[in-house]
Amino acid sequence: MNIHEYQAREILRAHGIPVPPGEVATTPERAAEIAAALGGAVVVKAQVHAGGRGKAGGVKLARDADEAREKAAAILGMEIKGFTVGKVLVAPAEDIASEAYVGIVMDRANRCDTFMVSSEGGVDIEEVAASMPDAIRKVRVDPRYGLLNHQAAALGYHLYDDPGQARQAADTMGRLYGAYRASGATLAEINPLIVNPAGEVKAIDAKMTIDDNALFRLPDIAALRDLEAENPAEIRAREAGLSYIRLDGRVGCCVNGAGLAMATMDLVKYYGGEPANFLDIGGSSNPDKVVTALELIAEDENVTSILFNIFGGITRCDDVANGIVEATRRIDIRLPITIRLTGTNEEEALEILEANGFEAMIDMDRAVQTAVERAAS
Amino acid sequence: MGVFIGPDTRLVVQGITGRDGSFHARQMMEYGTRVVAGVTPGKGGRTFAGEVPVFDTVEDAVAETGADTSVIYVPARFASDAIFEAADAGVRLIVCITEGVPVADMLRALPYVEEKGARLIGPNCPGLIVPDVCKVGILPGQIVRAGPVGIVSRSGTLTYEVIFQLSRAEIGQSTCVGIGGDPLIGTDFVDCLGAFEADGDTEAVVMIGEIGGTDEQLAAEFVANRMSKPVVGFIAGQTAPPGRRMGHAGAIISGSEGTAEEKMRSFREHGIGVAERPADIVDLLRERL
Repeated sequence: MNIHEYQAREILRAHGIPVPPGEVATTPERAAEIAAALGGAVVVKAQVHAGGRGKAGGVKLARDADEAREKAAAILGMEIKGFTVGKVLVAPAEDIASEAYVGIVMDRANRCDTFMVSSEGGVDIEEVAASMPDAIRKVRVDPRYGLLNHQAAALGYHLYDDPGQARQAADTMGRLYGAYRASGATLAEINPLIVNPAGEVKAIDAKMTIDDNALFRLPDIAALRDLEAENPAEIRAREAGLSYIRLDGRVGCCVNGAGLAMATMDLVKYYGGEPANFLDIGGSSNPDKVVTALELIAEDENVTSILFNIFGGITRCDDVANGIVEATRRIDIRLPITIRLTGTNEEEALEILEANGFEAMIDMDRAVQTAVERAAS
Repeated sequence: MGVFIGPDTRLVVQGITGRDGSFHARQMMEYGTRVVAGVTPGKGGRTFAGEVPVFDTVEDAVAETGADTSVIYVPARFASDAIFEAADAGVRLIVCITEGVPVADMLRALPYVEEKGARLIGPNCPGLIVPDVCKVGILPGQIVRAGPVGIVSRSGTLTYEVIFQLSRAEIGQSTCVGIGGDPLIGTDFVDCLGAFEADGDTEAVVMIGEIGGTDEQLAAEFVANRMSKPVVGFIAGQTAPPGRRMGHAGAIISGSEGTAEEKMRSFREHGIGVAERPADIVDLLRERL
């Protein structure tokens, strides 16, 4: 789960990291009010779950409240990488003497959390890794011990020669790690970590990504989810226990199992079609799930053909067959439905489907080809 | 015979009295797996299915029955506890079926399992099966047939699909191992490839990968440098959009890393036969067997 910059900033602030004040506005007028209250120059920043906001024109300086209003008006409603800006963060514009990058990421290959700091801040860390790898210092954290003080210090001294600043940075590293752990995060970045002319180290941007699997035990973090940033169909799917991602093709897919669902999408493309979505109904054969799945697919205006690809292991094919029959009774679907059902109770499933006017196939390739042909006609 | 499990496997089922645990314990017993014990805290003293003693702790189960392998059907919030417990009790192979385990829990559990000298497979995996001999997990027994091909996969039902197609083409399997769809897992592709290379019953290997991470690329290097047996590979997610989690917690392209093209290219560069679609696996195997 992604959270917005303003939410990540609050988490870091709550862990004692020096984060400048700032408030969120959904209207240009409110942005002006916040700017006036802060006094002085401010920065108006789009709050969307996308990188490259600056390049897209979503981050603007404003000298005063009137300009803040103007900038907010321009940024609100803007589209950045497919996301519409509904909120802006208004924060004081800082004087920056230097910028650094600080990040923690769950490193799969090394099976540990890894701290990365770079004296080149404010730019894409992957670019730095490619062009100036020596600017980056990495430290692996042992989960049994957490970030040790000498590790935090080493990171601080990599960034700053001045011992005062290095110590401030080390303190921030320790607190960032605490925030990362407490929030169930798999990524936490401060980019940039700045030093201002007075020699103070501050975090002026923050990004965090949360492990979905940790949300059940972190209700406060789970509550940070921005439902407006998500496609309503995907929200409905999640609430129904389905995994659904809308794409833009014409063949709607309903599959059990994430790997098989991905392979089905790939196969649709292989046979010349375009998948309309990824949809994994998971291991349960509950008919209600099948109904919701069909509803989601049928509501997608791009869909001209529906494909079921079910391999029943624990999932029972006859349950899915009943689900399809039930769903098509409840919803009026005019689109062609191609069904592939193999595995547990496949015979019973085929009988149920035939009795209700459906046919089913056993071969996955044939089913996909048929669904693709039907999408085109 | 068998990689990681075999005819001598003595299995304890953690979560045996739960809905999934009880269903799959019966399936495994029907398949011929020697289920010697079950564990559900608070239900010790009972007997499951008329023959399997249930214990409160894995330690008791191991002491009484000599169980050496454990399979975990326990909800996500307790799964890592179950892994810690099994490792501490001296279980040598722990297979965790559970999906939804927080990655922070796995970060802590993996070093512990290693220190205790155990092997973990999973979490979020269907387990493993040696056709006609033994199954630990939820892989459907009716689709496998005994033969010379080892299968290692991150997926669940996609693995069944591939097994189904191979069996239909009369190409049997030596052992099928589901390593799971999460980003942090106990046993990776390289571990399985090494085991298949050393296994007398395996003549060729099929690797089924997904987008996300670098495990397949590391495996490709291993294949080129350390394997004599032919390997065929398939990657699911060629059409997956970047940055989106495709069901499995581990199936996500981050930045430029972990794309299907990158993995398939790595396979080709290291002499692995690349299947563009699952059906190609049969043809690629026939050329190599």
